[in-house]
Amino acid sequence: MNDPQIVALLPALPEITLACGAMLLLLFGAFRGERSASSINLLSIVLLAVVGVMVIELPPGKLVAFGGSFVVDAFARYLKILTLLGSAAAIILSLDYLRAEKQQKFEYAILILLSTTGMLMLISAADLIALYLGLELMSLALYVLAASNRDQVRSTEAGLKYFVLGALSSGMLLYGASLIYGFTGTVSFAGIAKAAGQGTGNAGIGLVFGLVFLFAGFCFKISAVPFHMWTPDVYEGAPTPVTAFFAAAPKVAGIAIFVRTTMVAFPNMTHQWQQIVVFVAIASMALGAFAAIGQRNIKRLMAYSSIGHMGFALVGLAAGSPEGVQGVLIYMAIYVAMTLGAFAVILAMRRDDGAVEDIYDLAGLARSSPGMAFFLAMLLFSLAGIPPLAGFFAKFYVFLAAIKSGLFALAVIGVVTSVVGAYYYLLIVKIMYFDEPAKGFARMAPSLKWVLGVAGLANMLFFVYPGPLLDAATAAAKSLF
Amino acid sequence: MNWPILSVTTFLPLVGALFLMLVHGDDRFAKNTARWVALWSTLVTFAISLVMVWRFDASSAEFQFVEKHRWLGVSAYHMGVDGISLPFVILTTGLMPICIIASWSAIQTRVREYMIAFLVLETLMVGTFAALDLVLFYLFFEGGLIPMFLIIGVWGGPRRVYASFKFFLYTLLGSVLMLLAIMAMYWEAGTTDIPALMRHGFPLGLQKWAWLAFFASFAVKMPMWPVHTWLPDAHVEAPTAGSVILAAILLKMGGYGFLRFSLPMFPAASYDFAPLIFTLSVVAIIYTSLVALMQEDIKKLIAYSSVAHMGFVTMGIFAATSQGVAGGIFQMISHGIVSGALFLCVGVVYDRIHTREIAAYGGLVNRMPLYASVFMVFTLANVGLPGTSGFVGEFLTLIGTFKVNVWVGTLATVGVILSAAYALWLYRKIVFGTLDKPNLAGIKDLGYREILIFAPLVILTILLGIAPKPVLDISAASVAQLLENYGAALKAAKLAAVMAQ
Repeated sequence: MNDPQIVALLPALPEITLACGAMLLLLFGAFRGERSASSINLLSIVLLAVVGVMVIELPPGKLVAFGGSFVVDAFARYLKILTLLGSAAAIILSLDYLRAEKQQKFEYAILILLSTTGMLMLISAADLIALYLGLELMSLALYVLAASNRDQVRSTEAGLKYFVLGALSSGMLLYGASLIYGFTGTVSFAGIAKAAGQGTGNAGIGLVFGLVFLFAGFCFKISAVPFHMWTPDVYEGAPTPVTAFFAAAPKVAGIAIFVRTTMVAFPNMTHQWQQIVVFVAIASMALGAFAAIGQRNIKRLMAYSSIGHMGFALVGLAAGSPEGVQGVLIYMAIYVAMTLGAFAVILAMRRDDGAVEDIYDLAGLARSSPGMAFFLAMLLFSLAGIPPLAGFFAKFYVFLAAIKSGLFALAVIGVVTSVVGAYYYLLIVKIMYFDEPAKGFARMAPSLKWVLGVAGLANMLFFVYPGPLLDAATAAAKSLF
Repeated sequence: MNWPILSVTTFLPLVGALFLMLVHGDDRFAKNTARWVALWSTLVTFAISLVMVWRFDASSAEFQFVEKHRWLGVSAYHMGVDGISLPFVILTTGLMPICIIASWSAIQTRVREYMIAFLVLETLMVGTFAALDLVLFYLFFEGGLIPMFLIIGVWGGPRRVYASFKFFLYTLLGSVLMLLAIMAMYWEAGTTDIPALMRHGFPLGLQKWAWLAFFASFAVKMPMWPVHTWLPDAHVEAPTAGSVILAAILLKMGGYGFLRFSLPMFPAASYDFAPLIFTLSVVAIIYTSLVALMQEDIKKLIAYSSVAHMGFVTMGIFAATSQGVAGGIFQMISHGIVSGALFLCVGVVYDRIHTREIAAYGGLVNRMPLYASVFMVFTLANVGLPGTSGFVGEFLTLIGTFKVNVWVGTLATVGVILSAAYALWLYRKIVFGTLDKPNLAGIKDLGYREILIFAPLVILTILLGIAPKPVLDISAASVAQLLENYGAALKAAKLAAVMAQ
């Protein structure tokens, strides 16, 4: 173990473990066939937990590997834990659903593991090459997952659409990366920052072009406007547990690399990128709020909701300050909890003749299953940002940062769109509580109950003891500056 | 003994609500359990809040029963009451048991959820008045939307969905702007602690923007003309106890907000914007009184009269004289009792006949003499007859305003006459005349439970009308200090303006 080369790989140990574990499970699945699906699911959750422990147990401070292209700091640790939680929850959410739909395949969990490996690499990426490697590993697995219900037209269509548009966005990202490399002569974030700072803050037009293309790629991955078009279709078409996965972990990784690139590679170009981020944030918040109003399919609705939430998260990035990054980090943690909780209910929307997706199927849920309705209502109020629920604090910290940076117009537009967005969340509460009961749902599976319970309680009781999350986010944000 | 009396008062109802969540079933036993648990929680809360009155030192203008703990990074859990907030806390805790009793037999569906919503709402309302940190205040202030939304939407009348959405979105839109102002104040002063912010002295530019943002929130909540349109809808559709809470307490949060934040934190802006407030108040008093004259629905009429009465409150507060401010506070307390009682009166006949149309009634005095006398007390108090609590508040605000602006005072006095017109007209239509409607023939007078809820309200209305001193005394020291600081800040601002020239 004293071989210096092995010691040098230590920071990447969680990723290496995850990749090797995924491949071992793949072999296991290939030999045992479809029967192994349940045991592979279980082992995958264990593997994710082990990797999580590794991330926590790595030596403290800033660690670097692969010649500086891979960095582990408090920022990376925080987001990696969040990603791992999102991925593990996605596997848990799928357990009973896939069994009921008779779609159990052992590849499902393995694809999630591989995609998670990509996300972890992406979160730690400190140069453009590592960025691209992580991004593609994550995305390729996601394309396959979207199409995983291969006998259904909707699912294959979603996968294909996601793949074609995703490839286009990857192309733009690469083009941007090559422009940046061409104008700065380096791929490392620190080097880019240095090169961009030399021109007395007046960066060349080529570099700005590169920046815009790079951002376009990021916006696609986090489904921010104007690169959001794929989201509703893919959310609707993909099997629901996959949608739950899409809504949580990849968003965290996408936001992570967006923040790291902007803060580490372009700190001297605030003037250039800030207006882009402000525009994207406003457009996403507005579209998320207005376009969701007409939706009846709850998965499409959640798609627009997630577009809006990415807009809110970007408000923190637009602030471009440690407070802003802290706001983004708090936002993502709370967003992941709220979304996974909501998807636990969506997955439980099932009658004897199969799953349903219309919001009016929830009618009178408060009578037929009061517990489920109560938790979903609280999650929806939280998504709308009503205090004292966690979603309020998420918005509070990003807007706090925006106000400090003097982005008043952004803040005002943001809070007004949050009121518009509150309408459709209220609409679902209204359907559950005010309307006459429709036919009740089948019993909620225990795995879903657990996810809903944990997410719901975390969301309701966050205000009682907010300290740990706030402290972790503060430390993580500091490590970038 | 040194226990956190304020936190106990605030969170005791929540404990009752949590206990109720454990009760299952929808049979008679479960319903009665829910009612009794809710009643006892609110009664004990009321008793504890009375202990607070007893231990309160009215000669001091400082915040009392203060509690402070580390909470969010930017703000602390800081609670406390002074002479301005204590009366509102008592009003809240005192009205809650009455609301619970008033819902005893009127609410038959989903009783447990109903009681949980009310208990949670009580915690949030008491917290709003007791919070000494802006973020904490906002939390309680906005959190109240969730239970009220459900109360209107689940147990309300036919157009409950429209009313609940309008109530929720209207109030939310007003409040989010206040939230941004709170953030701007945080970056300016480095804290969200209310006592610290009162001493801070904000620059004039920020004062104006922040004042407008707070105004957006409180004007909607109050509600002031022209953003009052959610109120008639919400009142009409809400169940009786929901209307009582809306009229008696939620509306007072706006006035309380003006007193707690606008006046002490943005004195110069308050002074500059006072003409705006006067104009809106006078329009509210006269216009909504005229609108009230035209109503066919009893609850709508009382709702519009509430808007008019709140006009007196805003006028008195921004007159910024000791009579005006004290009158504003007194008027809010009195209106809390009187309008709450009026909605309960509507509830009495609504429970029997199930309509709120004025034309459906008439001649009730023949069958319901007791009801007629109770209704009369509150109608006259609503008009502001001397000897009732309504008179003291209106009179003080009018005196306070006359000292500042004669025209505003004169126009507002016209409103008093109009309020007599609609209130007496309503009373005549419902109570007097011949009892010729067939469905009224068998109507019964007040039952013992109804007498139980009206008795304390009647006594209070008359007692406060004859001897208003106790309420005025509690708030006197705090009001004096508020105005002293306000005057000093204005003087300083004027001096600075002169220096600049």
